Amino acid sequence: MEWRDEGFVLAARPHGEGAAVVQILTREHGRHAGLVHGGASRSKRATVEPGNLVDAVWRARLTEHLGRFTIEPSRHTAAQIMDDPARLAALSAACAVTETVIPEREPHPGLFDATAALFAALTHGDQEIWPAVYIQWEMGLLAELGFGLDLQACAATGMTTELVYVSPKTGRAVSREAGAPYAERMLALPRFLQPDGRGHGATAEDFTAGLRLTGHFLARHAFDPLDRPLPPARTRLESLVSRKLDTAKDGDEKDTPVS
Amino acid sequence: MSTPEIERLVDLLAKLPGLGPRSARRAALHLIKRPGQIMQPLADALSGVVAAIRTCTACGNIDSVDPCRICDDIERDRGVICVIEDVADLWALERTASYGGLYHVLGGTLSALDGVGPDDLRIGKLLDRARSEAVIEVILATNATVAGQTTAHYITERLADSNVKISRLAHGVPVGGELDYLDDGTLTAALKSRREV
Repeated sequence: MEWRDEGFVLAARPHGEGAAVVQILTREHGRHAGLVHGGASRSKRATVEPGNLVDAVWRARLTEHLGRFTIEPSRHTAAQIMDDPARLAALSAACAVTETVIPEREPHPGLFDATAALFAALTHGDQEIWPAVYIQWEMGLLAELGFGLDLQACAATGMTTELVYVSPKTGRAVSREAGAPYAERMLALPRFLQPDGRGHGATAEDFTAGLRLTGHFLARHAFDPLDRPLPPARTRLESLVSRKLDTAKDGDEKDTPVS
Repeated sequence: MSTPEIERLVDLLAKLPGLGPRSARRAALHLIKRPGQIMQPLADALSGVVAAIRTCTACGNIDSVDPCRICDDIERDRGVICVIEDVADLWALERTASYGGLYHVLGGTLSALDGVGPDDLRIGKLLDRARSEAVIEVILATNATVAGQTTAHYITERLADSNVKISRLAHGVPVGGELDYLDDGTLTAALKSRREV
């Protein structure tokens, strides 16, 4: 058995002295694992850093075998954002979430393309663009798993304007008026996800609300069934952005960017 | 036909990095053939290290005394602490003979994969040391990996409220490196960290 595909490295675990078992998200073959000889060595370790785009050849005698990857680096994503704590945390969170919830060897070309767009936004996007792309990516991931959110119209009234809440039970948008009596229990719908807010960037406040929104549904639909909490990398991203927001509020700075 | 003692020696040698069962057997045979020249001195050296080795309670370095010789050296600059992942990194920095401050060994990096959180590393002790009056600078010398830099960012954030200067090692072109052979990540980092001459 042999195939060749492009993929993003999600994780690399040392195996033996110099090898590593590497998880890659490919376009045609989904999340796929394989052994990389020398993957934990000094010369190859930089290639298997999470987020890197690699050209991978997978070989095995039988399909059910772990198999071996021969990989060549195409793009070093992580190296470009090492200095930015929030972008690096978002990269780690995206890799950790994908590695846990996407079934192995099940093609998800849409998710691959969305991940490529996310990593491009992380490396080159403006400070208000990449947080919005990250939240859209998590929403896309939920949709790919069959738990997409419906944010087009109010679940109670059918209104398409003034949508500021999301029901934590149904994942559907709720208008300001209809949601007011239950405001404490509702999840906030950040501006850039509202029908009339498309194209808007995300401030730290929007990003925090977005992370709470998608985090709630990721935990409920993807992680609770696995009896696992959200990955530490995802939790760290949320707490990092929250702390930044708190600091900005203390300093009375409005519309603070995330990075 | 080997004895149980030799089999045990082979089994233990095979656990060392770089040695497998066959090379461990060769090494054992090499030792057995030279009992006075290598085996006895090696056994003495191992016993000596086992008896003497200590982990420095201040910095996490390995030495035969606690506090370690580096922490105890009054000639060293006590205002600077270099934060590293492992004792091997300390040895690497000491080989350069270009750093005269103190160290702090974290004992690893934050790792979501391995479930290593802040409480599993010696970060709390670092924060205590950094907030002491004598310290004026903390140099973050964690590896240029996602885990290493995530750890460095975490420490930076935790030290934000202290009056300590925080710096990190430069990332970029290694000495003797040719641009043509460098990966795009290293080149990007080198361009970002360029400085005026």
